[in-house]
Amino acid sequence: MNKNKEQLLNKRYKAEQRFRLYGLSAIFMALLFLTIFIFKIFSTGYSAFQKTWLIVPVTFDAELMMLDQNPSKEDLQDADYYDIALKSMADLDPKANEDQENELKRMVSYFFEKEIKNELLNDPNLIGKTKEVYLTASDDLDQVFKGNYPRDLPEDQRRVSDYQLKIFDQLVANGKVESKFNISFFTNADSREAELAGIASSFMGSIFSILVCLMIAFPVAVLAAIYLEEFAPKNRFTDFIEVNINNLAAVPSIVFGLLGLGVLLAIFQLPRSTPLVGGITLSLMTLPTIIIAARASLKAVPPSIREAALAMGASRMQTTMHHTVPLSMPGTLSGTIIGLAQALGETAPLILIGMVAFVNTIPGSPMDPAASLPVQIYIWAESAERGFVEKVSACIMVLLGFLIIMNLFAQIIRHKFEKKWS
Amino acid sequence: MNLILFTFIVLLGFTSYYFGRKKAYTIQSTKKRLTALPQFYGYYLAIWCAIPAFIIFSLWAIFEPTIVKLLILSDYSNQGYLDDELNLIYEKTKALSRGQFTGEITPFIEASAEKYLSLRSIAQSSKVVIVLSAIIASVAYAYKRISSNSRTREPVEKFLNAVLFTASLAAILTTVGIVFSLIFQTIDFFKVIPLFDFVFGTHWYPAKAFVRDSSEALDPTMYSDTFGAVPIFAGTFFIAFIAMCVAIPIGLMSGIYLAEYASTKVRQYAKPLIEILAGIPTVVYGFFAALTVGPFLKELGTSMGLEVSAESALAAGGVMGIMIIPFISSLSDDVITSVPQSLRDGSYAMGATKSETIKRVIFPAALPGIVGSILLGVSRAIGETMIVVMASGLAANLTLNPLESTSTITAQIVVILIGDQAFGDPKTQAAFALGMSLFLVTLCLNIVALRVVKKYREKYE
Repeated sequence: MNKNKEQLLNKRYKAEQRFRLYGLSAIFMALLFLTIFIFKIFSTGYSAFQKTWLIVPVTFDAELMMLDQNPSKEDLQDADYYDIALKSMADLDPKANEDQENELKRMVSYFFEKEIKNELLNDPNLIGKTKEVYLTASDDLDQVFKGNYPRDLPEDQRRVSDYQLKIFDQLVANGKVESKFNISFFTNADSREAELAGIASSFMGSIFSILVCLMIAFPVAVLAAIYLEEFAPKNRFTDFIEVNINNLAAVPSIVFGLLGLGVLLAIFQLPRSTPLVGGITLSLMTLPTIIIAARASLKAVPPSIREAALAMGASRMQTTMHHTVPLSMPGTLSGTIIGLAQALGETAPLILIGMVAFVNTIPGSPMDPAASLPVQIYIWAESAERGFVEKVSACIMVLLGFLIIMNLFAQIIRHKFEKKWS
Repeated sequence: MNLILFTFIVLLGFTSYYFGRKKAYTIQSTKKRLTALPQFYGYYLAIWCAIPAFIIFSLWAIFEPTIVKLLILSDYSNQGYLDDELNLIYEKTKALSRGQFTGEITPFIEASAEKYLSLRSIAQSSKVVIVLSAIIASVAYAYKRISSNSRTREPVEKFLNAVLFTASLAAILTTVGIVFSLIFQTIDFFKVIPLFDFVFGTHWYPAKAFVRDSSEALDPTMYSDTFGAVPIFAGTFFIAFIAMCVAIPIGLMSGIYLAEYASTKVRQYAKPLIEILAGIPTVVYGFFAALTVGPFLKELGTSMGLEVSAESALAAGGVMGIMIIPFISSLSDDVITSVPQSLRDGSYAMGATKSETIKRVIFPAALPGIVGSILLGVSRAIGETMIVVMASGLAANLTLNPLESTSTITAQIVVILIGDQAFGDPKTQAAFALGMSLFLVTLCLNIVALRVVKKYREKYE
């Protein structure tokens, strides 16, 4: 009998331990996913912050450039750089035949002509001289240099030919290939060529959308929260508003995209693909989040504050505007930032209102077509070129960086400025 | 031009504020008792400056384009143009007047462009005149009222109250906007495709509708077997099911552990770390699923002799499940912590171990809240877009094999609406019909979930 009891007890204790282990392993699993995730993104993305350059001697031959003696600045602008650019690449292998010359040309980005031109515009004295110029390597060679490209594939399955690899290896051996910090990733707009593609256009698009979103959502949400928390009578109608807000907070984001498409674009005829429309759509989405946060922080202001102000003869409006609202601001602001962070990461509604269009200019106002960072991630991720994979990861790193900063900011506001009532 | 006018009006507003306040001080200096604080006199005047400006600005914004368009197109009215052609002419006119027109310029359009410009400038200058005179009139009226020292605080506060109330209508307006944008397209869609075919048809093939020549008359028989949404609904729920298979055990167990077992220190670090998972944008999950998880599963399957699609439902659903873990874990954590301590104490006093207490006492007590959190998770899984678009297939297969690819409502909406759409095309309308069904399904789930959670809260408060 006693033994039975002991066995039973042991069994129960074992069950207890097992249960505890389940819980612990669940947490462990969740954190493991997070780690794998971050690790994967960083390990594929960090290399995008480096860019490979080929150092190629370029002879600035005035004749080939169709320049006269003492050319003016305009002449230099209009000169023909294609021939000297082509020649300098062809000169890498003097024995190259025509096909091989073509392959040599494709070792650098199609932009190489402009890079040579900029070199000369910076220093017009170079005419007639030879100088080693940094040229952006083609995206495939960039990947080869970073070790991301499988060299052992058969040639016909590679986008880099054996010949190109041979010349490239020679250049590497001579120290004519260099890897530098990739500034153009931050200053260039999107491009079809992976080596030239940058996040500047989508970054500006994101900033504009978020600003529009902030300017609309914040005032409306705060005013609505003040009304609902401080003035609204308890009746059916305010209950209805409340149900609406709670539901909107859980409506899938893509439905807001349909709203943007069906109302903002089709009825109000706002310009497609612009951060203006994107921002309005996002603001409708973040509205409930901010309202809920603002109401919570208004609720957290103790009634004694209101009673004290009322007792001093302030009207209800004065009490609210002078005392309750300022005291609730830290909570409201941190809620707003968190809402904006959500909006910053949102993709689906922006795709529906056309912010996936290919934009190779940097938008200067919310009325210009633009993409946004998450949409850029989507566009690049759908692209087949190998060079875009690391760009996607790098773009994700930038986006996550922003989200982390915003969330930290929200935390700081909350902890530093929020009054603790006890 | 508008910006200058706007700044001018704002400046006028500020001036009238100071003017009103000054007036209050002068009244005070005559030893008369003020009816409100001096700044209310200022606010009163400023509001009377802002209201007419706002009304006229909005009237102009609404009516100016339509009136200008009518006037321009009246020149073309008896030349037998169709509506579409007239719209095109108007667009050309506008483009030409902005200097952005790149096509062939006909004298007709050039003339209308000139007319357009002159009409716009007339409208613009009349707006300035009307706005300014309206402001002057209303401020003068308000000033007279101030001078007679009538009440100012009450009207100002009434106005503010009205502003607050209007802002609170935004939520309703958004809901109305959603329903409004979905319903008309959906109705049009069901005029062409019978509701029965949509709900019970098993072939989803919207690309077929796309090849239709726009000049052909609509032929409903063409669309039979094109818009049967069963495979899509099935795919949506299937992927959501896979997601919940991942999210419920992990989320629930970690919620329980955090609430009942974890020391404050573990809780302090583990909880925010898990919640990071909820803060990661879904497009990032999509990329992860498409680039890492999908190929990994495929390789794993091949090594075990299974045929796995690179875009399997398992990859999309699994990653979606990871995304939903924090929703379930933090909500169930909250629910479990709010179960009264007395229930636990009672159970321990009877000799139950901690896990027995959790399983037999706390879990049943917290069940409604947990169910609510799971329902919210399901609603999120159904509405999730980017993971499915990027990691799952785009062709709608009717399958229950997690290793094959399926498609979902959200993915189809994106596929149909990405790029240019023609409103009035059944394919575009189909996307809105899908959106409507998505909205309705998630709405029901949300209402039920919120109600369950609320009821539960009331029980223990």
